[in-house]
Amino acid sequence: MERALEPPIVAVKTRDANWSLGAAFIVMVVVFAVGPFVVYPVFLMKALCFALFACAFNLLIGYGGLASFGHALFLGWASYVTAYTAKAWGWPPELALVAGTATAAVLGVVAGGLAIRRQGIYFAMITLALSQMMYFFALEAKFTGGEDGIQGVPRGRLFGLFDLSHEMTMYVFVLIVFLAGFLLIYRIINSPFGEVLKAIRENEPRTISLGYKTERYKLVAFVLSATLSGLAGGLNSLVFQLASLTDVHWTMSGDVLLMTLLGGLGTVFGPVVGAFIVIAMQNYLAPFGQWVLVIQGAIFVVCVLLFRRGIVGEIAQLLRVPL
Amino acid sequence: MRPAGKTHAAKFALALAVLIGTAAAPRAQDDDVVKIGVLTDMSGLYSDIGGPGSVAAAKLAVEDFNPAAHGMKVEVIAGDHQNKPDVGANLARQWYDVDHVDVIVDVPTSSVALAVGDVTREKNKVFLGSGPASSDLTGPKCSPNTIQWTYDTWMLANSTGKSVVETGGDTWFFLTADYAFGQALQRDTTKVVLANGGKVLGDARHPLQTSDFSSFLLQAQTSKAKIIGLANAGGDTVNAIKQGAEFGITSRGQQFAGLLVFINDVEALSLKVAKGLVLTETWYWDMTEANRAFTKRWQQSRPGKFPSMVPAGVYSSVIHYLKAVEALKSDSDGRAVVAKMKEMPTDDPLFGKGSIRVDGRKIHAAYLFEVKKPEESKYPGDDYKLRATIPAAEAFRPLKDGACPLVSG
Amino acid sequence: MFEIFGIPSQALFGQLLLGLINGSFYALLSLGLAVIFGMLNIINFTHGAQYMMGAFAAYFLLNGIDILVPHFTGTWPPTFASVHFGLGLSYWWALILAPILVGITGLVIEQVFLQHLRKLDPLYGLLLTFGLGLVIEGLFRNAYGSSGQPYQAPAALQGGRNLGFMFLPNYRAWVIVLSFAVCLATWFAIERTRLGSHLRAATENPVLVRAFGFNVPLMVTLTYGFGVALAALAGVMAAPIYNVSPQMGTDLIIVVFAVVVIGGMGSILGAILTGFALGVIEGLTKVFYPEASNTVIFVIMAIVLLIRPAGLFGRRA
Repeated sequence: MERALEPPIVAVKTRDANWSLGAAFIVMVVVFAVGPFVVYPVFLMKALCFALFACAFNLLIGYGGLASFGHALFLGWASYVTAYTAKAWGWPPELALVAGTATAAVLGVVAGGLAIRRQGIYFAMITLALSQMMYFFALEAKFTGGEDGIQGVPRGRLFGLFDLSHEMTMYVFVLIVFLAGFLLIYRIINSPFGEVLKAIRENEPRTISLGYKTERYKLVAFVLSATLSGLAGGLNSLVFQLASLTDVHWTMSGDVLLMTLLGGLGTVFGPVVGAFIVIAMQNYLAPFGQWVLVIQGAIFVVCVLLFRRGIVGEIAQLLRVPL
Repeated sequence: MRPAGKTHAAKFALALAVLIGTAAAPRAQDDDVVKIGVLTDMSGLYSDIGGPGSVAAAKLAVEDFNPAAHGMKVEVIAGDHQNKPDVGANLARQWYDVDHVDVIVDVPTSSVALAVGDVTREKNKVFLGSGPASSDLTGPKCSPNTIQWTYDTWMLANSTGKSVVETGGDTWFFLTADYAFGQALQRDTTKVVLANGGKVLGDARHPLQTSDFSSFLLQAQTSKAKIIGLANAGGDTVNAIKQGAEFGITSRGQQFAGLLVFINDVEALSLKVAKGLVLTETWYWDMTEANRAFTKRWQQSRPGKFPSMVPAGVYSSVIHYLKAVEALKSDSDGRAVVAKMKEMPTDDPLFGKGSIRVDGRKIHAAYLFEVKKPEESKYPGDDYKLRATIPAAEAFRPLKDGACPLVSG
Repeated sequence: MFEIFGIPSQALFGQLLLGLINGSFYALLSLGLAVIFGMLNIINFTHGAQYMMGAFAAYFLLNGIDILVPHFTGTWPPTFASVHFGLGLSYWWALILAPILVGITGLVIEQVFLQHLRKLDPLYGLLLTFGLGLVIEGLFRNAYGSSGQPYQAPAALQGGRNLGFMFLPNYRAWVIVLSFAVCLATWFAIERTRLGSHLRAATENPVLVRAFGFNVPLMVTLTYGFGVALAALAGVMAAPIYNVSPQMGTDLIIVVFAVVVIGGMGSILGAILTGFALGVIEGLTKVFYPEASNTVIFVIMAIVLLIRPAGLFGRRA
């Protein structure tokens, strides 16, 4: 039996619904503006990149109802292309980023075209297999550097003006890109396109009977999700000045799934919160050996059994406001 | 009963801030402390060669240096790079930025070492690589902040490789770990084989940490090369040799040449399987009284194991670093400390007297060993007999051949 | 010694035979997955970890296990000391005991976790088993690091035979034989016996079968345990070839998923045949185009899904 994944969120829409979203957004911006003075900026930048990745992923799974197990493909390959164009071709960071994002978009069209025909588990398996195929391609290809990765990627000067090798300048850039991506996703969700997508998630046959070409909508959602994941990937390679196999490995797809599930499928802020928690945990627990794996696994189990709404989803349910 | 909206936004903000606050790395420390970071492979295929053994060696070095007597405070911390360049580079960056680590040591796994070298150069700290093998670290990728301590692929190729070719092994097939180290080792050994009149019939590249070598070994067999050169290390070498025995490689006339073999690998294989293997190390636990004494102390934290040249290199590099910091009275300028280390001749109980070249290469003698037969071994760890000594002046690649930008002219 | 397409026949047959050995593992593992999916409609992502547990069980049965035991010396808290429980049970014992032991853990997992997911979208089952797999792998990695523990093939199976084109170790020949036998026995049991027909009926229409008086929940639980036992058996067989290491299952399992998808998710026969066939195809690729040997199975999967979306032997379209 094949159904799209139904996120268990039933956020109650009230008349003054949007105040909660606006308030949460302001809080988020304030936290990120103050953050680098309190916490190690590189950690925050990593969290922001992955927050963008998780938001892009959520667009597909939370709002489109399509669970992809292969999003590492877009994150990783965009990071390789951005790294390569910046290092080997000497492109300025904004062009390198565009190149990486465009790569992810193209990959999204190809992968989406193959995968969209199926739903549910089959869809997940196809995306997993495609991403694994591209992982091995990355392993073999010369330009990706295989196990060594692409090292020593220059951050360059943004628009020829801003020297991104200064941590704070880079941080501001990352924050702006993240907020832009976040707002773009929010706009997509709350547009006519977004409404049709949600309708497809709830009941695809009915949507088809209403005359919508659902395959096309799903494909567009897939490509959008892939493109923004690529943006996150390219940004990540500039922050760390390194593109490596870790970003294309299937465990990365598992990580983003964890972040979104933990934060809350189908919520606006869930992926951001989920990404922060997971990155913080990986950072904080790294000295404790493989406990990170154990805890991540345990979170999956607990979330699936008890907290299917995720953290933000539960909060939203409690407060009866959309978040 | 709905509380006012603003309280919830505030609560949310508070929760988020607490979350981030707990994720904050520890606050910066004083620069009075000389902090040494042992970055190594704690649980993977190189964990026996470096790993906790390197941490133990670093601590012994600090103990022997006796910081209190010099008016210094020294701390040792350890981290696991899991053989991944991104994990290693991130940890190095965080150690330098937040934890005020002054020097990173060990780092077996050349791909990680190259990434850590980049970060170290950017932050102007010090990197003492006693673990990595790639000769590129003192070649095109050399840096004024990096010193490669214990060995490198050029030395291995010109010691083990040359001796194998000279004893009749003139056709080679390489089994190579497909990353910076394996490729460098294959490249350097190929040069030696060709220069000595030999031929390379082919190669098979395998991913790092492979457990099944059967299809690669079959390719090696098909090539009919006299020598199967193992351009890999640690667990990969052990697996390849063990499975080679399973597939009857050696009984059908071919021979393995372990281009980088450590005593830990010999112990893992057992003398019965490894006997006759020719290898090069720059330090052997049983060669001098001082080495034996060090080993005994080291074994208190690693019972039943024997130190390879890697922990010995960690010990030696840490002692020399601390001497240099004492002489400069400061550890903050990485380049200055490294320059001082190159200026001062080295002298420690394990490697004796030596020096560091301008390209960051530590110079000492190399030893060609042969693994003993089981009946020749009198006590645990009695694994090697000395075949030849290559004096320090000849053991490493000549300065002019390295293509290191630091070498003028 | 002749050449086919420029490749010496020795290399070709040798790699094909090695491919058949790999295929044996693919077949056994995908059989377990197919059985579980057929009965529970769950993609058992824990399969890789259960395969690893089978290998470790064999290792423990032979070498013993160190367990922290509290010593009560009259003062509180008690001190802990590591005690070695050794059994010295050989490989042959492990072939029987390890699947039983690991199968029991499978029964526990089904009872504690999986039965709550029966009404939910099957994707949640995937996520939960994925999480369980991570937990198990993490625990073992903490205890044993990520490089392998050695495990010797039993004395009776050591050594090998010179086949002319290659030297085939006896143990690897045994792997092919045993896996083929187990696959055949399982297929026969499910497709040709009465018990099998009850199981198949319960898959199609659990309510009706229950109305007939069969204990369907028990059948479901036992089926999961059996699938897990198959994975553990594959693990025991793998122990002498691949080292016993905590991550031996993780990368293998993705390939096995591809195999199951190609064969058809619910089909037992499809899983077995595709497993062996893909092992051989992978071996062939290693001869002619080694760089692609890792990706060929996924490429085939993509093609099959485009042409026959239900897989080669699948029933549900």
